[in-house]
Amino acid sequence: MNAPSEFLNYGPDAILMVGLNGRNWRLADYVARGGYGALKKIIAEKIPPEQVVAEVKKSALRGRGGAGFPTGLKWSFMPKNYVGDKYIICNSDEGEPGTFKDRDILRYNPHMLFEGMAIGAYAMGATRGYNYVHGEIWAEYLRCEEAIEEAYAAGFLGANILGSDFSFHLYNHHGFGAYICGEETALLESIEGKRGMPRFKPPFPASYGVYGKPTTINNTETFAAVPWIMRNGGEAFLELGKPNNGGTKLFSVSGDVERPGNYEVNLGTPFTTLLEMAGGMRGGRKLKACIPGGSSAPVLPGDLMMATDLDYDSIAKAGSMLGSGAVICMDETRCMVRSLRRLSYFYYEESCGQCTPCREGTGWMWRMVDRIERGQGRNEDLDTLTSVAGNIAGRTICALGDAAAFPVISFIRHFRDEFQYHIDHKRCLVPAYV
Amino acid sequence: MLSPEVQRRIDRELAKYPADQRRSAVMSALAFAQDEHGWLSTDIMDAVARYIGMPPVAVYEVATFYTMYNLRPQGRFKVTICTNLPCALSGATEAAEHLKARLGIGFNETTPDGRFTLKEGECMGACGDAPVLIVNDRRMCSWMKIEKLDALVDELSQAAARGEGRPGHGSGGPAK
Repeated sequence: MNAPSEFLNYGPDAILMVGLNGRNWRLADYVARGGYGALKKIIAEKIPPEQVVAEVKKSALRGRGGAGFPTGLKWSFMPKNYVGDKYIICNSDEGEPGTFKDRDILRYNPHMLFEGMAIGAYAMGATRGYNYVHGEIWAEYLRCEEAIEEAYAAGFLGANILGSDFSFHLYNHHGFGAYICGEETALLESIEGKRGMPRFKPPFPASYGVYGKPTTINNTETFAAVPWIMRNGGEAFLELGKPNNGGTKLFSVSGDVERPGNYEVNLGTPFTTLLEMAGGMRGGRKLKACIPGGSSAPVLPGDLMMATDLDYDSIAKAGSMLGSGAVICMDETRCMVRSLRRLSYFYYEESCGQCTPCREGTGWMWRMVDRIERGQGRNEDLDTLTSVAGNIAGRTICALGDAAAFPVISFIRHFRDEFQYHIDHKRCLVPAYV
Repeated sequence: MLSPEVQRRIDRELAKYPADQRRSAVMSALAFAQDEHGWLSTDIMDAVARYIGMPPVAVYEVATFYTMYNLRPQGRFKVTICTNLPCALSGATEAAEHLKARLGIGFNETTPDGRFTLKEGECMGACGDAPVLIVNDRRMCSWMKIEKLDALVDELSQAAARGEGRPGHGSGGPAK
């Protein structure tokens, strides 16, 4: 693991990733930072579970994995009087191209996640839980295994937590290479030891989840924000951001910037501030295009992005999604056809094959974009591409179909001239090296 | 087929799931078997099925669905490099080309000496460290510019010469 030796700097707004140096991930370090204080307080004061859910609702914490669904509301969907085990699951299957923030939580601050999950379990009456870790990050998985043992030994997990009658058994589960398992119902199938093929909804996981039990699935960063909210109050978290967009958010900045990396900023921060934190564009070049929320989010032209703030509602207004907070920056030397070709190949490769529009459509889209890139495009291709993409979106069991279609539709919408140039001149408009 | 060490590791995973949900451990079980054998022959998958108590076909379904399982013999070191867009913007294309040239093979090929298999990977969730690659599913290597790639290939070649790495071609059965 490439743990830097100096203090990790996530920026001046950081509240979750603060005081970390890459080595102080152990339980004793976390407790020294005030960790497990929220869980202790909740248990000692016997705070009613509904009050915990109400506090999370007040914070306007929204799902950090991509969909941005209000967390408190999701928690309130869990049946209250269910007899038997209820589950909560952390989606640490981080594989959305451009996203690498949850990995930092898992390796540098794993106990923050475990405390958040324990509080969530208390609030929802869950007795068992899993943390599903992306297959490619084995070192982080091993660290989580070590950290979870510490938490059990200290009485923060397991039976009768801190001497109370609250019990919560949490385990790490390791994936093995499938983007689709980041989709919550595919992840449930995967935990059950099956192919990761998404389930049709309804029933929703809150009524029929893993092993058919009521289940709530949240992203790593979502759970990780919960201890801070319970320590400082939902109101304080909300105030860091803006209405309907509470708190800070980790943004993974990649592509043509000087310092790719993770930065934690208050929601509503101007994009230009984040870009400055990442050292600006590499070589002082101009931002040509930006995918603001992971590869599935529609691409935005650079000038539009430069005028946008970083919160769910502002990015939606600009025509894209905040998604997972993965900001992929491309400068003016980048070929948009080539960039789209790589993304289209990814969705073609990762489609689980269950729904015909996605299984067949992702292949069609990739082959057409590839043909255009190779100078063999036909004049009608752009309209056909747009039409194929439009026939996938909204017609599949899960959102992978939409995720494959959005890049195609948005790249052509914003950079149509560049695609047309490829078709007309059988070569690239820019000196591409992607 | 499954060594005591692999069985011990599988048992540890089985304890994480309800007693009537042993199947949940199949992904780990296959990964551990792969750690030891290098790839998953039908015999090994059948042994996993027997150990866990699930139909062999259900094990095959899992093994063929997830991309990190090897369904044929590999080189002693399987090197999987991410070429997805965020990595490509930070030198992954050049890194992949360098590896191909240095090893003299393309993606999904194994060097004639059986030391290396090269694979093209999808997002590993470490785009800030681009170029990123993974050796034998477990070891992630970050910021793999040309010099670091050369150093890694040297290191792994020497390790392979000492018989380290996973059993590969010739030791696990015929290629499919």
